[in-house]
Amino acid sequence: MIFLSETLAWLGDPAHWVGASGIPTRLAQHLLFTLVTLVVAGAIAVPIGFVIGHTGRGRSVAVATAGAFRAIPTLGLLTLVALWVGIGLNAPFVALTVLAIPPILAGAYTGFEAIDRKIIDAARAVGMSELQILLKVELPLGLPLLIGGLRSATLQVVATATLAAYIADFGLGRYLFEGLRIRDYGEMLGGSVLVIVLAIVLEGVFALVQKLVVPRGVTAGRPTDIRDGSSRSRAVMEPAIEEGNINVHSK
Amino acid sequence: MIEFRSVTKRFPDGTLAVDDFSLVLPSHKTTVFVGTSGSGKTTLLRMINRMVDPTSGCIEIDGADISTLDPVKLRRGIGYVMQNSGLLPHRKVVDNVATVPMLRGMPKKKARDEALALLDTVGLDRSLAGRYPSQLSGGQQQRVGVARGLAVNPNILLMDEPFGAVDPIVRAELQQELLRLQRELGKTVVFVTHDIDEAFLLGDQVVILRTGGKIAQIGSPAEILANPVDEFVSTFVGADRGKRSLHVENHGDGDVVVDETGRLAGVLVGAPPSLAAAATAPFEPESKAGPQGSGASAQGGDPR
Repeated sequence: MIFLSETLAWLGDPAHWVGASGIPTRLAQHLLFTLVTLVVAGAIAVPIGFVIGHTGRGRSVAVATAGAFRAIPTLGLLTLVALWVGIGLNAPFVALTVLAIPPILAGAYTGFEAIDRKIIDAARAVGMSELQILLKVELPLGLPLLIGGLRSATLQVVATATLAAYIADFGLGRYLFEGLRIRDYGEMLGGSVLVIVLAIVLEGVFALVQKLVVPRGVTAGRPTDIRDGSSRSRAVMEPAIEEGNINVHSK
Repeated sequence: MIEFRSVTKRFPDGTLAVDDFSLVLPSHKTTVFVGTSGSGKTTLLRMINRMVDPTSGCIEIDGADISTLDPVKLRRGIGYVMQNSGLLPHRKVVDNVATVPMLRGMPKKKARDEALALLDTVGLDRSLAGRYPSQLSGGQQQRVGVARGLAVNPNILLMDEPFGAVDPIVRAELQQELLRLQRELGKTVVFVTHDIDEAFLLGDQVVILRTGGKIAQIGSPAEILANPVDEFVSTFVGADRGKRSLHVENHGDGDVVVDETGRLAGVLVGAPPSLAAAATAPFEPESKAGPQGSGASAQGGDPR
């Protein structure tokens, strides 16, 4: 309990909320670093995932590589890269990008794979080019799972980005390493709480985005859903029209 | 006119789907490929829009070898209707119908207006235009599929078991709609089915296929029914089971048509008693003429 009160005291101290090593600055650094990592990892993983998902080729290679990437201990990789490129943000940037690629890659190709093959076959048969199939059919229908992959990558990166402070004066992780060094457990816990809150907030944002990107036609229920009485499906649905009634209109 | 010239298709796994197939499909007529699973009928259909390329042989459309044409452009000029409609689930009905015209560069407004008109053509109420495919019944989805197939006003309409997944009542309704459309539009329709009754109802030219894309018999429904060339064909059309040999029996309060197994096939309407007495097997269907056809015509047929 003493740690808790120390934590609250640390978080409540106005001195910790200003300046170059203040919480807002470190929070912004942490967030920016996470975003840049995700953008770069996405720029690498999304096109590869799309190609794998669209062509169905290279999946086993991708699964194996992604699995191997996941098995790499991030701290070890960080140290290794740091020995190579030196102290600074480059090493954690590389390590975290490697960490973020597998879930994004998996999200990208599983999103495509989950689409009914008949829909894609039909799109091709009516005369869509491969690029049009990718952009107009696979991308919108696969987006929810891609966002899911980004969501999982974000959580890992935002938590693991604390390691950036291991070799650089950067981000929320600084409070953890500094607190550990000077045995200020209030500072350590305070830093942890900040990371946790940031992770939860981002998780909430992604959960919302993931819902929003589900295409409307996919969420809209079948005619039988009218009976289930939920206000949500009622808002989208009109009464079902019987097959037999249509001819009345057409004649 | 579509012409197959010694077309063979062997899939990478070694399956010989189509073997040395030659056939002319006349313009403005409906040609039906009918056969069991593995008879290569869908492969034949998909070779016409280059969804499948033949291993050897060539296919010509109005004299042009399609292997020299760009597949995407070719497909945009040919209507395609598949089982389970194949509609894009994330696009509204009207946008699904307008998809191909817009790919061909038609402005959105015009494409949507024409799509609405096509909904009328296939007998769908315009109020459904704003719905998503998942909000329609199976029969309605198939109608949208047909509207999409017609959207670029193609000369050729390919239909791959389009009514295979709807219930019998809706299927019969859709078949009649297709006959009506075909009377109005006169497309070159290539239709694939495993249902021989559907083939006889819709086809001007019926091609019965056996395994490996070999032609068992080609002809009009009447020709095939009257003279099945071999046992395979007579089994396939049901003649061997007596399903097609109908005769009239008088049941006191009216004449009924009965097949050889004694199963009631329908009633005899509009025939003078003398004609009815003469109407014995073999029975020639007047499916094309329908109930309005002259003289005696059996109604009912095979209620499956």
